Amino acid sequence: MNWSKFFSMGGYALYVWGSYGVTFVLLGGEVLMLLKRKRDLAKRESSPGA
Amino acid sequence: MSSGRINWYKYAAPANFYPLAGKMIPWFALLTALLFIVGLYVGFFVAPTDFQQGEAYRIIFIHVPAAWMGMFLYVLMAIYAGIGWAFNARLASMMATAISTTGAIFTFISLVTGSLWGRPAWGVWWVWDARLTSTLILMFLYIGFISLQSSIDDPRRADRAGAVLALVGLINVPIIYFSVQWWNSLHQGATITAKSFKMAPSMLASMLILLAACWMYSIAVVLVRVRYIIREREHEAPWLAEAVALS
Repeated sequence: MNWSKFFSMGGYALYVWGSYGVTFVLLGGEVLMLLKRKRDLAKRESSPGA
Repeated sequence: MSSGRINWYKYAAPANFYPLAGKMIPWFALLTALLFIVGLYVGFFVAPTDFQQGEAYRIIFIHVPAAWMGMFLYVLMAIYAGIGWAFNARLASMMATAISTTGAIFTFISLVTGSLWGRPAWGVWWVWDARLTSTLILMFLYIGFISLQSSIDDPRRADRAGAVLALVGLINVPIIYFSVQWWNSLHQGATITAKSFKMAPSMLASMLILLAACWMYSIAVVLVRVRYIIREREHEAPWLAEAVALS
């Protein structure tokens, strides 16, 4: 397996890795947003009068 | 009790749904990870180079599943919103709200990956073609649904307003789907139809495995989000404190 050939994607590296990069950044971002929401919720639930 | 049938109505009540969803989430998360690993492996190490489009075509393994998810999730969101409105079922409305964010994200991914494919394949990032334009409208429908709901303080009123928008916007989904047949388009036609598929089996396999991964991912995050929506909206319900403590 030639890794530099693999990463260059026949000259389309920007497009191919850009596509997968955007996908996983956005899906990962959604998971992070949910983790933040969980922390905010726990904070509100533990404070009285919320 | 021992009839062997699941009483689905039981799970329409947030109090019963909440713990069940909590038990299901880790399994969907595990399946998401496994299917993404296998799908990407097949897509990058098994599927051959396309004779026409070189390596750039590997974008379709994520572009097509993301575009399908954007449409599937919209239909699902509209159905839940409609059920929530017609039968005054608040859990169904909460599901619609939970789905909207994930649907918007997949639609955005399909637009960005499509653009990243359009540039090498067509020489342009964007064209005002029927398929692309109707997908952009889908994105605006999601954004409209989310901002409309967040602009209304009363949750049940927000649910109803969202349902009207979601159901009216449903007309856009068949337009996206058939756009490549109805209008001359730069966008290629359907690769997979009921009768045939015009691609190598390993290419199709990668696309379908990643589609399954996107489904599992969507189910997992929507279940997580709907549980938070339940906790936010029903914070006065007596069952909730106990259910949250248990999970």
